[in-house]
Amino acid sequence: MKKFLYKNKIITKDLSLFFGEKQVLEKINLNIPEHKVTAIIGPSGCGKSTLLRCINRMNDLIESSHIEGNILLDGRNIYENGADVVNIRRKIGMVFQRPNPFPKSIYNNVVYGLKVKGLRDKKRNTEIVERSLKNSGLWEEVKERLNNSALALSGGQQQRLCIARALAVEPEVILMDEPTSALDPASTLKIEELMGKLKERYTIILVTHNMQQAARVSDFTGFLYLGRLIEFDETSRIFTNPKEKLTENYISGRFG
Amino acid sequence: MRFKRLDEMFGFGMLGLSALLVVLILCVIIFDISAKGLSVINWEFLSGFPREGMTKGGIFPAIVGTIFVTLITTLFSIPLGVCAAIYISEYTREGTLTGIIRAAIRNLAGVPSIVYGLFGVALFVQGFRFGTSVLSAGLTLGLLTLPWIIATSEEALRAVPQSYREGALALGATKWQSIYTNVLPHAIPGILTGSILGLSRAAGETAPILFTGVAFSLPALPGSVFDQFMALPYHLYILSTQHHAIEQVKPLAYGTALVLIVLVFVMNLTAMIFRYRLRKKFQV
Ligand SMILES: Nc1ncnc2c1ncn2[C@@H]1O[C@H](COP(=O)(O)OP(=O)(O)OP(=O)(O)O)[C@@H](O)[C@H]1O
Ligand SMILES: [Mg+2]
Repeated sequence: MKKFLYKNKIITKDLSLFFGEKQVLEKINLNIPEHKVTAIIGPSGCGKSTLLRCINRMNDLIESSHIEGNILLDGRNIYENGADVVNIRRKIGMVFQRPNPFPKSIYNNVVYGLKVKGLRDKKRNTEIVERSLKNSGLWEEVKERLNNSALALSGGQQQRLCIARALAVEPEVILMDEPTSALDPASTLKIEELMGKLKERYTIILVTHNMQQAARVSDFTGFLYLGRLIEFDETSRIFTNPKEKLTENYISGRFG
Repeated sequence: MRFKRLDEMFGFGMLGLSALLVVLILCVIIFDISAKGLSVINWEFLSGFPREGMTKGGIFPAIVGTIFVTLITTLFSIPLGVCAAIYISEYTREGTLTGIIRAAIRNLAGVPSIVYGLFGVALFVQGFRFGTSVLSAGLTLGLLTLPWIIATSEEALRAVPQSYREGALALGATKWQSIYTNVLPHAIPGILTGSILGLSRAAGETAPILFTGVAFSLPALPGSVFDQFMALPYHLYILSTQHHAIEQVKPLAYGTALVLIVLVFVMNLTAMIFRYRLRKKFQV
């Protein structure tokens, strides 16, 4: 794999994943640079979500899953025996493909991660809620009705709420699984702008179906095909000068 | 096209008719019992003890007994059943073992209530030496309702979207935190409804309490869980089949039946109100 002059936040080493007998990821070796947006693209069903869910150990919940290889976060294997999964998930936040606000108030959604961490200082929590909502660009729209149900928000607002919720716990990495696939162009634009801002403080991994989006917001892009990482490079190079024929076919829209 | 519409109307009509029939049967039962029993219902009937060989007086001790024993049943079976359901649905891996547990629970729900009665005698009356008492009978009824409670609770837990669990865990919640704060609140309306339906069935059972604690007639109310008690379903059974002057006490029997039905109805109503309130509360 090509070397870049960045600190790698996350490194996957020969990562393979099986659902029962079926192998979904095959020996993925991927370096995620710190404070960058890394996009994962590839056709539907190639394993993008699965890869993302390996990084915060969300696949642990799926009983048939079985994993091989390592994922290093700051050099430490998150799959080592006795790893503190809860702590790992606090460092690696996630925004899901479908907005999934809890059926609680807006305030209680954002404060959820703080409460489960044991932070009960009301004044401080309120500050964090405000800051997180400002960072996710939702504050102006909801500041008057923080105690209303989050379910009454529009899809785009819900997704930004989910981002605020993830930001509130101060993670180091944010995983975003097609965060805009259910949204209209205006909300999409807002979230894309947001990612540009967020990368100053966080490391972002973005799964997307939308090649324009990957080209617009990411610094690095990995192309995944049938569970294998075909190519990984700076985004500008992937889209102008891919080395692999498969990548070229995919980004030129010949399949997928 | 014409045929299809006719088809549909026929199907719709049949479904509507079935629903109507069910409601009708219920109405007939309630009407019949009210017509024959309402005349005896008065304050003395509700608050007095039976007198003169049960031909006069009231059914107060039977009402108290039924409420008391149902309370014991509730305290025993709801916590145990809900915990078991949480364990099965949230903590075990799907496999042969959970399959066996689930099959066992389903079969337990089909065991005749008289068998529970006999089991209660062996386990609580004799095994634990609780004697024939409110406690023994309450626990026996608890066993009877457990499969109900576990099955409905499990169903309610399953109905909570996986995204609530994943969302909570992704924010750094522990498994128990995600269940307690994000799964249980949404399952509780379903759990409560199922549980109270199960309990109201138990309140009307005769066979399980027959050998475990119910008494034909008692001079006083039960003072503790180790005393015997009178109960509405058993009182009804005696009045309608075992009494020396059956014809004479018939109105009393219907009155007792009416009180039992109202009691069960109140329980179900409570469940509905609870459910409605909680729904509203957790919507925010
Ligand atoms: N829980 C599961 N059990 C079994 N197989 C699964 C499970 N989840 C995903 N898969 C399979 O793993 C493969 C990869 O799925 P994944 O969701 O990672 O694809 P994806 O690249 O995210 O697709 P999309 O772009 O449509 O979201 C698919 O073939 C899918 O059927
Ligand atoms: Mg996906």
